[in-house]
Amino acid sequence: MTGPLVEIRKLSHSFGGHRALDEVSLHVEPGSYTVLLGPSGSGKTTLLSIIGGFVHPDEGSVFIRGNDFTRTPPAQRPTATVFQDYALFPHLSVGNNVGFGLRMRGVARAKRVGRSREALAMVGLADSYHKMPHQLSGGQRQRVALARSLVVEPAVLLLDEPLGALDLKLRRQMQDELKALQKRVGTAFIHVTHDQEEAMALADHCIVMNDGRIEDQGPPERVYSRPASRFSATFMGESTLLSGKVLDLGTDEIRIDTRVGLLSLAGAGEPGFDVSLAIRPEHITLVPEPGSVSLGEAAVTDVVFQGSFKRVSAVSAKDPGVAFIAKLRSSQPVAVGDTVTLYASPAEMVLLSR
Amino acid sequence: MMRLAGKLLVSAYALAIYGFIFLPVVVLVLFSFQATSFPIPPFTGPSLRWYETVLADTRLTSALFNSVLVALLSSALAVALGFLAAWGFARHHLPRSGLLRGLITLPLTVSYLIIGMGMLILFNAAGIPRSLVAAGIGHVVINLPLCFAIIYSQMGDHQVNIERAARDLGAPEWKVLFLVSVPVLWPAIFASFFLSMTFSWDEFVISFLLTRFDTTLPVEIWNLLRSGLNPRTNAIGSLVFGVSIVFALLLELAFLRRSRR
Amino acid sequence: MNESPPGRLLPWALVTPALLWTLVFFVLPFIAMAALSFLEHGGGQATFDNYRQFLDNPSYWRAMVNSLEVTLTVTAISVLLAYPFAWILAEVVPQRLQRLALVLAILPFWTSYVVRSYSWLLVLAQNGVVNRALVGSGLVDAPLQLANTRAATIIGFVHFFVMLLTLTIFANLKQLSPSYRRAAADLGAGPLRTFLHVILPLTLPGIMVGAFLTFVLAIGDYITPQILGGNNELLMPQLIMMQIGRRGDFPLASALAIILMLVVTLAYLLCARWLKIERA
Repeated sequence: MTGPLVEIRKLSHSFGGHRALDEVSLHVEPGSYTVLLGPSGSGKTTLLSIIGGFVHPDEGSVFIRGNDFTRTPPAQRPTATVFQDYALFPHLSVGNNVGFGLRMRGVARAKRVGRSREALAMVGLADSYHKMPHQLSGGQRQRVALARSLVVEPAVLLLDEPLGALDLKLRRQMQDELKALQKRVGTAFIHVTHDQEEAMALADHCIVMNDGRIEDQGPPERVYSRPASRFSATFMGESTLLSGKVLDLGTDEIRIDTRVGLLSLAGAGEPGFDVSLAIRPEHITLVPEPGSVSLGEAAVTDVVFQGSFKRVSAVSAKDPGVAFIAKLRSSQPVAVGDTVTLYASPAEMVLLSR
Repeated sequence: MMRLAGKLLVSAYALAIYGFIFLPVVVLVLFSFQATSFPIPPFTGPSLRWYETVLADTRLTSALFNSVLVALLSSALAVALGFLAAWGFARHHLPRSGLLRGLITLPLTVSYLIIGMGMLILFNAAGIPRSLVAAGIGHVVINLPLCFAIIYSQMGDHQVNIERAARDLGAPEWKVLFLVSVPVLWPAIFASFFLSMTFSWDEFVISFLLTRFDTTLPVEIWNLLRSGLNPRTNAIGSLVFGVSIVFALLLELAFLRRSRR
Repeated sequence: MNESPPGRLLPWALVTPALLWTLVFFVLPFIAMAALSFLEHGGGQATFDNYRQFLDNPSYWRAMVNSLEVTLTVTAISVLLAYPFAWILAEVVPQRLQRLALVLAILPFWTSYVVRSYSWLLVLAQNGVVNRALVGSGLVDAPLQLANTRAATIIGFVHFFVMLLTLTIFANLKQLSPSYRRAAADLGAGPLRTFLHVILPLTLPGIMVGAFLTFVLAIGDYITPQILGGNNELLMPQLIMMQIGRRGDFPLASALAIILMLVVTLAYLLCARWLKIERA
């Protein structure tokens, strides 16, 4: 069978008066790692709950392998969920936790034990079969939850902020393990997070959500380098935003009147339209480079040393409403109170119509 | 100097309160071992004669048996009803949920005397005779809100996800209930059961109003009081106290088990 | 939350037994009682006589006044005794002994209600331990009349509620984060000022709830005044039981019970402002 593994058609859902999802549509390909990225309240968890069958949407439908599962209870879906708090059964041993789904499916005991052991070995916890969940560390519980969900061989594995309860170092480590595990089992993962670094590291397909809508979706490299909206330009990594008006069109170029001056870049637009230009911090420099243009003078307001680079905040001298964020090499001498001239190449600027 | 005075004052106060709290219990238990017929100083014991008298008294022993029976059955019913209701309210969205939960907990705010009287009036009107069963029904009325409140308060969001996980892995509702919810909430269920047991075991006024010939131990002890101060009352009172302490310890253990989790 | 329903009926099947039980054995009896309070004793005529009797008969009035006096006294004394005690248990007693100290402090809580009151009768009797001690030490010449007095009723009540309040106030004090105390000390407040300006205000809502609980439980109790106070003066529950027991006058008993409930409701409304703080 070809076609998407999961197809979401125009899902809308409200809690009370709040519209948590607003006509969301998307596809998930077999074997892919999809990350739903957004701030809290963006609707990403609601979307995951609807795919998992824990919430029934007001409107729209969920197709998995071409079948409509919109109103099917979770037990009868080819999905399995890894909960944010892991939701391990505290009264059952690790082995019985992992074997629970098989037991519900009437798998004979001997076979169940074997498969549970295999699943535990796959997540590196072969010797924890007889332990109780409270004897495990956070990272180990996370792995048990993964094994418990994977052992029933779901078509789609749903992960709700699976790394949210772990500390930063462990999170990065588990992140790598998750990715490797996903490649190995080949199951499609849908992973919800508000951590953009996690999203960039894990996703084959990244979906940026805000206010119940999809702001942007695609490979993380594309979403980062060419964000589709002001929101995704600032949420998926930082950006300096210059708002302006389209003045006139050249052959392949448009001229935009920004608050820091006129800029020409490749693109299309209607004269008189309000647009924004997004510039990633690493594309702003203190010295002109081939092809770059001046963004005018700015007063440095903050310098944060971050190891290999310095994160510099500055306010434009022409318009104090424009705040620049630049990532500069650590060796660059710059201090709070300095006045600097900033440069960026129009080729690196992203034209945003919203 | 000031610190020492303060410490002395604090110790003296604490000892005085402990003394006040324990005075009646110590006197009760001490004079239950009295050898003579009046439980007042001087102490003439120790003697077990009043315990022998009490345990040979079939009225008291059958009342004790009745009390245990009523406590066990009414508490089991109260816990079962309370658990199911708590599960229903915590896990499902029901219209007017707040109001209905308020209704179930309402009996907590009314004195046992008034609850018992109301039931007596209703049972009289309906032609239901006074009996241990009637008293047991009354005990469920007073303990159900308690069981409900305790178990409901323990059904946190974490448990919601645990049950969701079970459903997600294919468990039908009744398996979610017996394989996951009940075992996970076991400490709360255990605690509310034993708390109900203690309350039922000690309850006087409802049993007094709703039973007739066969009655519970507190009512039988009340009848003993007519004979004034009597070492038999001390002996049976000490026994009752002993049993309650066992309940209390079981309850304590239930909570300890939970806090270790 | 639009939790996926495993069936529309299941949730109702879960909650209906408890609701039905409460309706049939609690609400219905209450309605029967309320209806009966408007009927004549013996006859079936509708009347306000039962309520009028309460207003007209000074001895009935007196029972309500007695009840309020005794209950308020008990509440005040119990809070005043229990607070410092709970504070000592929570703040002075070493951490590892606290659990034991608390369990000990509420151990007699588990004596049966009837037995507890009887025990106080033993203690306070004409030739009981207290009188023996008083006479023996030469403090008084002749034994005092301690049992069958209002004082005995109050002592019996206070004994029970000191334990109850110690438990609730202790829990309240333990809930306070130690950082409050540290912050107060850090800002230069001495122990006394820390207590007055930080600890006391923070535990006040809990105290109010405990005090209200004491009031409600004490005003509806029959056993303690009946055993310890004797029949020299009647409290409301005794008056109500008297109508049932000696006279079989259920309508009057019902009216008195409803008046008692109204007083408790009134007390709740008066305290509601403070009780709400707890919930917020």
